[in-house]
Amino acid sequence: MRSASLQIHLGFKLATAALAVAGSVVLLMALTRLIPGDPATVILGSRATPEAVAALNARIGLDKPLIEQVFSFFGKVASGDLGEDVFNGRPVLSLVLNALPNTAAVAVAAMLCAVALGVPLALFSARWPGGKTDRMVAFLSVGFISTPSFVVSVFLLMVFSVHLRWFPVLGAGESGDLGDQLWHLVLPTAALAAGWVGYIARLLRSSLLEILGENHVRTLRAYGVSETKILMKYALKPAILPTLAVLGMGFGELLGGAVFAEVIFNRPGLGSLIYDAIRTRNYPVVQGGVFVIVMLYVLTNLVADLSQSLIDPRERARLTSGRGH
Amino acid sequence: MTQALLAIEDLHVSYRGHDSTAHILDGVDITIGRGQSVGLVGESGSGKSTVAFALLGLLGDNAEVSTRRAAFDGRETSLGMDEATALRGTDIAMIFQDPMTALNPMFTIGTQLVDIQRRRFPRQSRRSLWARAETMLADVGVPDVAARMHRYPHEFSGGMRQRVVIAMALLVEPKLLIADEPTTALDATIEAQVVEVLDRLRQRTSASMLVVSHSMGLIAELCDSVIVMYAGTVVEHGPVHVVFSRPRHPYTRALLACEIDPYAAFDLSQDLATIPGTVPDPAFRPQGCIFASRCPARHDRCSERPPRRQTGEGRTYSCWQEAA
Repeated sequence: MRSASLQIHLGFKLATAALAVAGSVVLLMALTRLIPGDPATVILGSRATPEAVAALNARIGLDKPLIEQVFSFFGKVASGDLGEDVFNGRPVLSLVLNALPNTAAVAVAAMLCAVALGVPLALFSARWPGGKTDRMVAFLSVGFISTPSFVVSVFLLMVFSVHLRWFPVLGAGESGDLGDQLWHLVLPTAALAAGWVGYIARLLRSSLLEILGENHVRTLRAYGVSETKILMKYALKPAILPTLAVLGMGFGELLGGAVFAEVIFNRPGLGSLIYDAIRTRNYPVVQGGVFVIVMLYVLTNLVADLSQSLIDPRERARLTSGRGH
Repeated sequence: MTQALLAIEDLHVSYRGHDSTAHILDGVDITIGRGQSVGLVGESGSGKSTVAFALLGLLGDNAEVSTRRAAFDGRETSLGMDEATALRGTDIAMIFQDPMTALNPMFTIGTQLVDIQRRRFPRQSRRSLWARAETMLADVGVPDVAARMHRYPHEFSGGMRQRVVIAMALLVEPKLLIADEPTTALDATIEAQVVEVLDRLRQRTSASMLVVSHSMGLIAELCDSVIVMYAGTVVEHGPVHVVFSRPRHPYTRALLACEIDPYAAFDLSQDLATIPGTVPDPAFRPQGCIFASRCPARHDRCSERPPRRQTGEGRTYSCWQEAA
């Protein structure tokens, strides 16, 4: 039976999440209005009459005080409306929903790659710390972590697309053609995953080594339990917890951080949508896009947090009733 | 007398540092007869736990271990990592000091009790290993075992966890059972219960025991003979009743004097007995008698290495003093 404490825990997490979303949207709306230029200048040009500007602002609701704009934004969000594109009047929600799959595909693929490569590398490194594999992984990891993903993007593009012509240069592929879409996914995924592979490998390695030095591992060794079993079963489970938390954050970050990769590879994703919207001072699109990213970020963190509690029996015991201590 | 289960002569363990080498054990001899129970006593830093860990090859990779001769169960061994590793979980089992950290917090007791038996009983099914573990847990006094097997370590009290750790050691039916400070981390009432479990077990199994402890009382309760260690050397050894009733080495006497006598009249003005000074730094061991700097009976000859004397009751001690 789940107890009240689990509900309180969940409620608390959700409340914090809602607060984070609200805070970041307010901050964002204030910031967009601080940068010079507004939709009116972009649409009407710099020599527009004050009357025309005022009329346009009134039409898109920019004449109201900021606080009122914030409330009206959240009021609309509650009914599933993210506003309209100032230039062509298309609903922001559909723009975002069209762009989201392209971004999510890259983010999910990059995370899967990072985990699929990072976890085994960490296990190898921790099994023979100081060995050849460990030193090589350490060297490469630090290299990849410290190279910004847009540099990797440009490099990959130059080598594999322009020079070798193995992969397509731009776009997300023909819609409906899954093979083509996957083909277009390879380079952006590689560019985004590279740093994360290194990051996960380093992070998990250090938590594995920490766990391997603990007394309960010594107990298992004293009973001749094999090193492989100790590593893969008894050390990996507790060691994965901090990595899981970072993965949650990383996934959220990839959703927003894919901007560079999307701009460079010209993928019509959330990143490039927001990038273009900022350039043209398309406030509603910026707000709507960032709002969705923040929501997803908070959501993935929530999932990571909850799965952590599910893996750790001590956390589980804290959250569920019935079992004594 | 039949051949001893374990015979080690001149055990040395050292750690090489950057500019010095720390000698943790310096010529330790240990003999444990079959079915015999030997206590290893000394203060912190005496190297008593190092002896236990060396037997299982659990010392760090940077430890250098050497012996003149070492034999376990009639076979010569070198106590090198590989051979010591081979004895783990089959012929030698260890009861660990701190039951709070000796068990993995993320797995149930049952899972851990099954996995530690795999080496010893590789052909048995998980179900039968689980059943063995259940029986053994009940045997060491854990109530409601069927449900407890599915519980995690944090759901057990300290005393119950120590019983789990003891059950672990018994499950592999070892020839030698090492108990490393089995009661140190427990409070007094639970300590008494755990000592009772160990005592009961001692009478029942044919396994030999090596009890590592700083508690003279525990050793007196559980052991036939005792080895008193100081700074990596054996200063006195012999049958428990001989050594504890008529200690010869000044260090043994000092240690016994530090024990609290529960029957003595309480006297506020009386300070607790202590041994002044500290164990010498293993990187800078003094020449001659290692205890000289703290010894109340020190004299000029103590700057030379003391002779090993025998008193005819099966006791040996290393001191310049003839008799007390």
